[in-house]
Amino acid sequence: MKNSNVRKLLMDRSIEGKVGATMPSIDVPLQTLPNKKFLRENLAMPEVSENEIVRYFSSISQMNFSIDHNFYPLGSCTMKYNPKLNDDIAGFPGFNEIHPLQNIDTIQGALEIMFDLQNILAEITGMSGTSLAPMAGAEAELAGMLMIRAYHRNREDFKRKKVIIPDSAHGTNPASAVMAGFEVISIPTDTNGNTDLEALKNVVDASTAGLMLTQPSTLGLFDTNILEVVKIINSNGGLIYGDGANLNAILGKVKPGEIGFDVVHSNLHKTFTQPHGGGGPGAGAIMVSDKLIDFLPDPIVTKDKIDKFDLSKPQKSIGKMGAFHGNFGALVRAYSYIRTLGKEGINNISEDAVINANYLRIKLKDTLDLPYDRICSHEVVFSAKTIKEKYGVNALDIAKRLIDYDIHPPTMYFPLTVEEALLVEPTETESKETLDEFIETVKTICEEAKTNPNLLHNAPHNTPNTRLNEALAARNPKLNWRNTIEEAN
Amino acid sequence: MPGAKKIMVNEYQSTYSPNTPKIKKQMLSDIGVDSYKNLFSDIPEKYRFPELNLPAPTSELDLKNELSKIANKNSTPGDYSSFLGAGAYRHFIPSVVKQITSRSEFMTSYTPYQPEVSQGTLQAHFEFQSMVCELTDMEVANAGMYDGATSAAEAVLMACRVNKKLKVEIVGTVSPLYTDVITTLTQATGIEISYNNIETILQNNNDEAPACYVIQQPNFLGEISDPGQLKLLSNKNNALLIVISEPMFLSMYQTPSYYNADIVVAEGQPFGVSLAYGGPYAGLFACKKDYIRQLPGRIVGETIDSKNKKGYVLTLQTREQHIKRERATSNICTSVGLIALMSTVYMALQGKKGLKYLSELCYHKSHYAAAKINNLPGFELQTNNFFKEFAISCPIPVKEVNEYLHENKIIGGYDVSDFIKNGMLLAITEMNSKEEIDNLITLLSQVKTL
Repeated sequence: MKNSNVRKLLMDRSIEGKVGATMPSIDVPLQTLPNKKFLRENLAMPEVSENEIVRYFSSISQMNFSIDHNFYPLGSCTMKYNPKLNDDIAGFPGFNEIHPLQNIDTIQGALEIMFDLQNILAEITGMSGTSLAPMAGAEAELAGMLMIRAYHRNREDFKRKKVIIPDSAHGTNPASAVMAGFEVISIPTDTNGNTDLEALKNVVDASTAGLMLTQPSTLGLFDTNILEVVKIINSNGGLIYGDGANLNAILGKVKPGEIGFDVVHSNLHKTFTQPHGGGGPGAGAIMVSDKLIDFLPDPIVTKDKIDKFDLSKPQKSIGKMGAFHGNFGALVRAYSYIRTLGKEGINNISEDAVINANYLRIKLKDTLDLPYDRICSHEVVFSAKTIKEKYGVNALDIAKRLIDYDIHPPTMYFPLTVEEALLVEPTETESKETLDEFIETVKTICEEAKTNPNLLHNAPHNTPNTRLNEALAARNPKLNWRNTIEEAN
Repeated sequence: MPGAKKIMVNEYQSTYSPNTPKIKKQMLSDIGVDSYKNLFSDIPEKYRFPELNLPAPTSELDLKNELSKIANKNSTPGDYSSFLGAGAYRHFIPSVVKQITSRSEFMTSYTPYQPEVSQGTLQAHFEFQSMVCELTDMEVANAGMYDGATSAAEAVLMACRVNKKLKVEIVGTVSPLYTDVITTLTQATGIEISYNNIETILQNNNDEAPACYVIQQPNFLGEISDPGQLKLLSNKNNALLIVISEPMFLSMYQTPSYYNADIVVAEGQPFGVSLAYGGPYAGLFACKKDYIRQLPGRIVGETIDSKNKKGYVLTLQTREQHIKRERATSNICTSVGLIALMSTVYMALQGKKGLKYLSELCYHKSHYAAAKINNLPGFELQTNNFFKEFAISCPIPVKEVNEYLHENKIIGGYDVSDFIKNGMLLAITEMNSKEEIDNLITLLSQVKTL
């Protein structure tokens, strides 16, 4: 009864005449409205009362897993605890109510926070300059690649059309490189999980604009060939883009700028705890070396001799990434987080995250396959290959069965280079007790794979929906109340 | 104890890491290393453990006090009456919006790639897509883009894919904040952008057809274009018509489908989202169903589960970067889930009647103000046919007018002197009381004598 009611959409709850909000009074004389032919006749929005709306959204929210309720060992996503004070601070009226186009003199406080955050992120990554303009990691990648393009063009080197990307990279890397006008050259990973140096040497030439590299990689491994990789690219005139998706693993342990990266971004919704919000908003700060500082996205915050802050457009800027100045609300949260932890706390993040991941690696290496048996970084990639061969249960089945134990599935089938991959990232905010429960749960599930594989094939069992038919959804898309699109192609 | 190794960890106990130094030592012992430093030995030694020059940790109390002082350095609408718009608008946000979107089930959940544990987010996104379709009167909508400007840029990229052409015409006065972003995001694609007014385009029959025409309705200066003329534009050759609009306007006026728009984008912020110095916001993106395979961003679709129960999933994912990589329709990944939810709850609360009422209220207030300002000596209304935002010309530079207003606790309009001599763009919403408007007019009447 309850469950079927919760699935009833707002439009099906609508009854003519119900209202969900009170209306402010009209305190000016009524003006002549435009001719009716310019106005819309019907606005088919639902009519539902306030209490019903609150109950509806509260009820559907309970069909979600969330960090405040569940463990999310979701590789490369850094689903860590989101401190509550950050939300309160971002909600201060002086931050939350100000208009993006207010005169500079009236928003000095906002610019002060941004200026400080720019410097902190440059310090953490060992870079010379920061722009906070990109609104997510992928937008920062695009900004970074546009900067690399602009850098080469500014030197009147128009041949550099290719960007090298390891096959373990996030999908956003090749997609962003293409949006920045580059051709993507994919290179393999060697048997140790490092960049394959021979493959790299074979593809680098005068047409190489740069390399996009995630460090540590999405295999949860820090590339022991890193200095060699940097040398190969630099000696050919290319630049190095660092995808900071996994920055959590190296905070205070190494600064990408010092080992030769020219640009690196940070997903503030991963490393710096902007809540993930069911898929955003995020923020993608971008940090660069001296070479690229003039090309940063517009705006950056600058400070003059009398300590007045201003928004500035860098000399050869690639331009604006959004209508305004980036996702300020996310920037305030990141700033609040960094200031709370301070130097000592930031240093501890990577240490604790890496200890947690290695603890899982050691405790589960006899239960699942471990394709790269070496010390890992903040995440560890397992494989369900053997279990699949023996019992016909795959990574998806194991991941879905975890849901029955109130644990969010790890990242599955990624990186694409590992068969039956289960990429596990515990983050530093999980206790040993939680990890021990996870370990026991995985062991139990792998035991179930032997004794009762159907339990896994049909998992999850206790969720509002069992496994959903994705093929049907794509074949006849029903994307709103109004219509189903028959046989879209 | 003889033989016991001394295990080394960092002794600092930080706020958000639950494992104490003692527990960490035990874990390191299980891992089989005797120092946390061994876990970082893959990093080249020379660059390992750099000095991190950051401030010391701060307590919650101290930090709130410090940042509250910094926040108070800003002039905050609410303390000031504000007439600033130009793409971000101050509208009232009912308490329910914040209460619902602060629920940790929504706020701290991940992107709904695992549908069995994300039906709340997915169902809410489906409601959002449905309401955006109603608002724009389009057949399909995605689950949101970063903001209105990036929606516009993605619409341009999509139109170029659909028509396999690289020419784009921006028609009339489109916000420079938007055209800047379109320029940035298309700079490496070979797309050529030209700017024209509608009359020129309609008269000229010789030019090669572009992939799309991009218009803003109402335009940057608040002017509402003649729908009949826009219909002619949409019928001109095979170019797609992209309309940049505004949700409160769409609640009251003829929808872009009336003049056969192909893609409608808008900044969703006016619907339930705080100004927050420019973000995070949510871009609305809707189009005709013919272009569904070329849509950027996430889309939620209805389906059934293995027990034939209705449910929702992210669908048409073969367009997206995590599947298609370099052949994806867009690189977008993390987008604006929670912000789209704010607009969803907002639209649900206001409903059919509320949106109509509020949009008409904005209309009455802005027209009341505009007529009064137009009667002031030295001021002239520069927008003929408008909704809630209009341009005026001032007798002295806008900067000076705004300084005077600010001294009197008013945040004035946006300086559009690039378009109109001493031009100011004023937005008036339900947040501006008659008293505030009358006060603005009184102060403006004093400006000439400054």
